[in-house]
Amino acid sequence: MIGRFSFARLGAMVRKEFIQVRRDRLTFAMMIGIPVVQLALFGFAINSDPKHLPTAVVVEDHSAFSRSLLASMQASDYFDLVETHARIDAAQGMLRDGDVQFLLTIPTDFARTLVRGERPALLLEADASDPAATSNALAVLDPLVRSAMTAELRGPLASLATASAPFEWNVHRLYNPEGITQYNIVPGLMGVILTMTMIIMTALGVTREIERGTMENLLAMPVRPLEVLIGKILPYVLVGYVQVLVILLASHYVFAVPIVGSLAWLVICVLVFIVANLTVGITFSSIARNQTQAMQMGFFFFLPTILLSGFMFPFRGMPHWAQMLGEILPLTHFLRLVRGIMLKGYGVAESWPNLWPLMVFTAVVLAIGLKRYRQTLD
Amino acid sequence: MSTANDSWAIEVKGLSKSFGAKRVVDQLDLQVRRGEIFGFLGPNGSGKTTSIRMLCGLLTPDAGRGQCLGYDILSDSARIKREVGYMTQRFSFYEDLSIRENLEFVAAVYRMPRQRTVVDEALRELGLSDRQKQLAGSLSGGWKQRMALAACLLHRPKLLLLDEPTAGVDPSARRDFWAEIHRLAASGITVLVSTHYMDEAERCHRLAYLAYGKLLAQGSPTELVTTSGLSTWTVIGGDIDRLQHELLQLSASEQVVPFGNSLHVSSADGAELERQLQSYFERPDLRWTRDQVRLEDVFIHLMRGAADNYAEGAAR
Repeated sequence: MIGRFSFARLGAMVRKEFIQVRRDRLTFAMMIGIPVVQLALFGFAINSDPKHLPTAVVVEDHSAFSRSLLASMQASDYFDLVETHARIDAAQGMLRDGDVQFLLTIPTDFARTLVRGERPALLLEADASDPAATSNALAVLDPLVRSAMTAELRGPLASLATASAPFEWNVHRLYNPEGITQYNIVPGLMGVILTMTMIIMTALGVTREIERGTMENLLAMPVRPLEVLIGKILPYVLVGYVQVLVILLASHYVFAVPIVGSLAWLVICVLVFIVANLTVGITFSSIARNQTQAMQMGFFFFLPTILLSGFMFPFRGMPHWAQMLGEILPLTHFLRLVRGIMLKGYGVAESWPNLWPLMVFTAVVLAIGLKRYRQTLD
Repeated sequence: MSTANDSWAIEVKGLSKSFGAKRVVDQLDLQVRRGEIFGFLGPNGSGKTTSIRMLCGLLTPDAGRGQCLGYDILSDSARIKREVGYMTQRFSFYEDLSIRENLEFVAAVYRMPRQRTVVDEALRELGLSDRQKQLAGSLSGGWKQRMALAACLLHRPKLLLLDEPTAGVDPSARRDFWAEIHRLAASGITVLVSTHYMDEAERCHRLAYLAYGKLLAQGSPTELVTTSGLSTWTVIGGDIDRLQHELLQLSASEQVVPFGNSLHVSSADGAELERQLQSYFERPDLRWTRDQVRLEDVFIHLMRGAADNYAEGAAR
């Protein structure tokens, strides 16, 4: 009766926290203000030049031209041919799931039509939801393939290697056909803003009680650590959803970002992400000795999150070790989720690979927080 | 669950606590009877707050053992928390919550039955029914203290731990507060209260005096006065300032303290003091009377002894 978790006591904590959040007008205004200001500021895109982009190739024409073409792509820094014998439906699945950035299809009879001088078409499908990640690679592709072809066109075929290319490119920019930066930035901003505000607000939660002296009283009462931690998290879930609402409204009415997937599923995935960040904040709060320390920890976490998650710079442009670090961060997975749902129409199955890491992250961090929560003033 | 002697509300032995190299509480033995008002006295930094925090489970003692309301202070602090009302030295309820919201929070955390009625009653008893929507932070010192006491009593504790509850409270509010404490004690609640005020010390059934983390004396106010072995004289008339200076030179005078137009002279060796004062007794401008020893004299006497011990200890 004494040691067990009590929903009545949790209810008391939540009510108290709610009233305190509501009374703190300035903070509340900030939480609504931050998304608005950020959205207004991030009207520009950050360009980069990512290389080694995973590429799948569907070869329907086994000819010297195809082999030469693949060899020259492999030799360039931009493409990593992760799959060269793909079946078309499997390859398209890889593109959709984000396993590859490009899908090149060499159609049947490519060599024959090329030799006839009929300018056959190569199909390149690109995941353009992050335009910065694909644009440079696309720019080098044409001259690359052309020089590969020229090398093959010898002797009687030399006449084909003239000024105009002997073949055509069909480039399909999928998910974001016009390469609109806002399509990428605006959903990403949702993750960044949630990370920033959720972590900082809760990071101050326990330390504020310590600094105001109210912790002594709280500890003298029979509340369990889990009740305190969850009680401090729950009100901010609502605050987080208010922010999400602001961002979604802005992305729809101001930036005209489409929502291809289910809005309800997006709302559920957002919850998982919000809770992950709130646990980080509350754990910082139970480790830190005062509010200043808690803030510093918040920023210490925020910086790599911004840099390594794929928000600032394309994820695939980072070295391997940085990608490994990035895979731990909740924002990395949330960016894939939110872009996937809004731009590619991800459902439950496609979201799962990025959903479970968020859940594992939350559980581990909460366990650390509970372990570090001090039940005495020692 | 309860230990052999049920008449003790608090019974601890050898309680010690250090912060870093500093020993804040050193081998504290304490026995508090059920239903008594027990005063905790001592200079700032003598370990009063630390001792109280160890009693209610907010701090873990480095050494020692004991029970509080029959529950082991080391292993049963969750149960102790349910039956103890702890009023902190600094107001530690939520200033951004109203009076009513604070009380409701406390009632819910203790999972009280009929919370609304309990809070209503507490507000009425406090005389704050009209101001229940006021934020606790906007209350004056005296009202904050009353609200905190009401909140501590909400869950009907058997033991009240009050840490300097009347610091910064005006005399009439202090008098009301002590009337309430006596009423509570009469109803069977044990009260342990720390204070700096001598008039409050005299209102306690029994006292403990701490200095440098050590318990120097324990007993009723009269017992403490008697066992101190002090003698006190009061003198009126003449040039008080000069007289004080002169009397301090006497080897037997321990304390020479001015009170308005009079001086209080006290010593542990009464006979020697009388001998040394003989020449002053004969001065026609001075009127000497043998006075009652007061608690303040006793505590200052105890303090000096402790300070000396401390200095010796440091010199060794």
